[in-house]
Amino acid sequence: MAWTYTKKAAFYLLVIVIVVESVFPFYYAILTSFKSGTSLFEVNYWPTMVSWDNYAAVFQNGSFPQNLLNSVIIATLTVALALLFAVTAAYALSRVRFRGRSLLLLTILSVSMFPQIAVLAGLFEVIRTFGLFNTIWGLIFSYTIFTLPFTVWVLTTFMRDLPLEIEEAAIVDGATPWIIITRVFMPLMWPALVTTGLLAFIAAWNEFLFALTFTSSNSTRTVPVAIALLSGASQFEIPWGTIMAASVIVTVPLVVLVLIFQRKIISGLTAGGVKG
Amino acid sequence: MATETMGTLAVPAKPIRSELFVSRTRAAMVFLVPMIIALLIVAGWPLLRTIYFSFTDASLSNINAAQFVGFKNYLTWTQLKSGRVLWGGVLADPAWWNAVWNTLRFAVVSVLLETIAGTVVALVLNAEFKGRGIVRAAILVPWAIPTIVSAKMWGWMLNDQFGIVNDLFLKLHLIDHKIAWTATADTAMYAVLAVDIWKTTPFMALLILAGLQMIPKDIYEAAQLDGVHPVKVFWRLTLPLVRPALMVAVIFRLLDAMRIFDLIYVLTPNSSATKTMSVISRENLIDFDKFAYGSAQSTLLFLIIALMTVLYIWLGRVNLEGGDR
Amino acid sequence: MAELQLTDIHKSFGGFEVIKGVSLEVKSGEFMVFVGPSGCGKSTLLRLIAGLEDITAGTLSFDGQVVNGLAPSKRGIAMVFQSYALYPHMTVYDNMAFGMQLAKSNPQAIKARVESAAELLQITPYLKRLPKQLSGGQRQRVAIGRAIVRDPKVFLFDEPLSNLDAALRVATRLEIAKLHHSMNNVTMIYVTHDQVEAMTLADRICVLRDGLIEQVGTPLELYESPQSIFVAGFIGSPKMNFLNGQIAAGYGAGTVGIRSEHIEIGAGEGAWTGKVIHSENLGSDSYVYVDIGTGEPVIVREDGTRKHQPDDPISIRPMQGQVHRFDAAGKPMGRH
Repeated sequence: MAWTYTKKAAFYLLVIVIVVESVFPFYYAILTSFKSGTSLFEVNYWPTMVSWDNYAAVFQNGSFPQNLLNSVIIATLTVALALLFAVTAAYALSRVRFRGRSLLLLTILSVSMFPQIAVLAGLFEVIRTFGLFNTIWGLIFSYTIFTLPFTVWVLTTFMRDLPLEIEEAAIVDGATPWIIITRVFMPLMWPALVTTGLLAFIAAWNEFLFALTFTSSNSTRTVPVAIALLSGASQFEIPWGTIMAASVIVTVPLVVLVLIFQRKIISGLTAGGVKG
Repeated sequence: MATETMGTLAVPAKPIRSELFVSRTRAAMVFLVPMIIALLIVAGWPLLRTIYFSFTDASLSNINAAQFVGFKNYLTWTQLKSGRVLWGGVLADPAWWNAVWNTLRFAVVSVLLETIAGTVVALVLNAEFKGRGIVRAAILVPWAIPTIVSAKMWGWMLNDQFGIVNDLFLKLHLIDHKIAWTATADTAMYAVLAVDIWKTTPFMALLILAGLQMIPKDIYEAAQLDGVHPVKVFWRLTLPLVRPALMVAVIFRLLDAMRIFDLIYVLTPNSSATKTMSVISRENLIDFDKFAYGSAQSTLLFLIIALMTVLYIWLGRVNLEGGDR
Repeated sequence: MAELQLTDIHKSFGGFEVIKGVSLEVKSGEFMVFVGPSGCGKSTLLRLIAGLEDITAGTLSFDGQVVNGLAPSKRGIAMVFQSYALYPHMTVYDNMAFGMQLAKSNPQAIKARVESAAELLQITPYLKRLPKQLSGGQRQRVAIGRAIVRDPKVFLFDEPLSNLDAALRVATRLEIAKLHHSMNNVTMIYVTHDQVEAMTLADRICVLRDGLIEQVGTPLELYESPQSIFVAGFIGSPKMNFLNGQIAAGYGAGTVGIRSEHIEIGAGEGAWTGKVIHSENLGSDSYVYVDIGTGEPVIVREDGTRKHQPDDPISIRPMQGQVHRFDAAGKPMGRH
């Protein structure tokens, strides 16, 4: 009997460790962001004060609100574009038999495996040539390299699982592929679209390398780059409080979104991973 | 009572294709072409250009005036009058091989530890207990946080002067003086590993959990009836059955780990102990304006990953068929 | 109503030939049932008629017009799927109206047709509901309603009763039969693996096996004059008793078949003796399993009043003129 209790206790201890270890860094960042002045230089495990100074500093920074806006616009547009291309492509890849289909799927999968650095040089040239350097369009354009293969892959997996007979009934009713996609499949698939869109949004929001390399002025930068480059009054002063506040601002909406769409995200991640 | 009366129509010589299949195939092509073109422009062409640049003397300021120089960026040698041979090029550059070594070290260790930790978390989540929802929500937090933010958060926690990690370790007598985790060459890699493992274990855990949940529950009940010890159940039943999902997750993560850039650039900048292939490539490409040289490094990284991708598809036995249609 | 002609139809999937040369004429307005064991190609044949699969070789014509190249929606067919295949996100009304909406028909015309079909199938109260709010039987009727609205020349049914429970199956079978009569005898082609459905619904039955037609005829023709051992054994429940060896030789045949309903219990000339293995009493009838030394038990049907114990000795006699004789190659030799 004692052994069962010990096992149970050990299990719950493990659970607590996992939860604390996962959440603590974020908790600590929030804690820090509410500190100001010299209290930043003390180590506290529990909240000692709530000061909004750091948050004010973030928004007075000048370009941070602009950076937030840039990130939102870029992530939204790049995902919308990817979904548009991907829905129709996924239909072709999952429901129509044609020669070379496997090869095409294989190629799309391998594109998502490209190290971004390998295309950096080439993309740099393309972006400069088209005059997209230091614009949000340059980033929207280059982000398709990872949003498109990902959305195509996940949507293909979801569409594969839609029942065959419903599509055949639609064919007998005289539906063209476009009608089948828009009036029969999309209503059934919109949860998958939301999930895929969300996952792609998070990936685009997070992106750093291209955003760092293809922008040169504060007004066009995105949030990850802005946070990475946050500097203080002098070269030697790192404004940790401000950085933590900026981090919290950027992360809270994401965490909330992820928690709301937990189940869907988990099934979306594993659909791409386990089934494919 | 036999079968038919032959129709009065002649049987045609060639089979007639139904317009349904013709129109569907045509529609499929129309649907695929935009995507293919997009991928060619955004991925195919730039990749080829990068590879091309690696064989030239291109520089950021005059990309168009690049001249072909063969393998000079990869490997050159000149023989001095004294007879000694001077090697040059990426393949002879100790900084490059250091980067390769860092990348491999990082990839193997992080994936190994993430797999073990992920399996533990997955097993916990697979069990039924009160508060399972909270745990699942909690582990999603590290995954949801942008990499740059994680780097900054942990950079703050690992700060040598004011960091909470130093404070805690000192209190627990694990160390006797404050350590500059991210700045010291010895400890930089540990810092990077800690953050990466913290951030990526949830992903591994979820993939492994999906694999665990596909195992039918009744074999566990049968094992219970047979009185099999839980550890044995894990090794002989669970592990072999979750292996396919595990392999997919591991190889996927390995490929990802090989290309790592963001975390290292922000957490431990300019540290030779953590500089990976991506980091050093970009350094050469953009910071040092050794554009062609950096292109060569990028190309090499691409080749390594391409090789591993082939392995992924072969080992992971990815289902390439688009469905049962 | 349309007459169908299948002329030497072949269908291969990759290198694998599934339909190996089928020629058949379906009369205008008749109820034709395709029946056969799994894998015989009956569903494939139906799908070829529908146009959901390409015909590899041969021609298919409706009323003399070759339709190989036509898309399903242009052939004038409607299909009822095994799993009903209703659009889950659309109401019953929209499910039934979808085809006409795509053809840009006049909304009044659509309304009229949908409502009359709903009336016919007694699903008018469900028109505003979603499929998931209906029972299996109701969904099946909506699927049939959707097909009726298309006003087809040929009605195709792909094992529509397999997903229903036994009682519902019998009731729906009756509905389908009534439907055929009430729709001015529109041509119907019905696929099933259940020979009872075939026997009760069909004007003519086409028995398929391994991609080829075994026999086509009315239910009675198939029952009384099967042209092969396969058809003899496939039609009729319980399965016909087959005897080889000495007994068959006694009739001058390689194999003889006798149905359980054509065997009498009692001694007499030409009787076979043996013992009872087992007896199933169903209330109205009993089926007695008798071992007469030929390996397989012989099944005998009798009225359900007598009782037989296992190991009871018993004599059984085939009725006059009901013994089907087959030669060594399985071809019929006439009854005895």
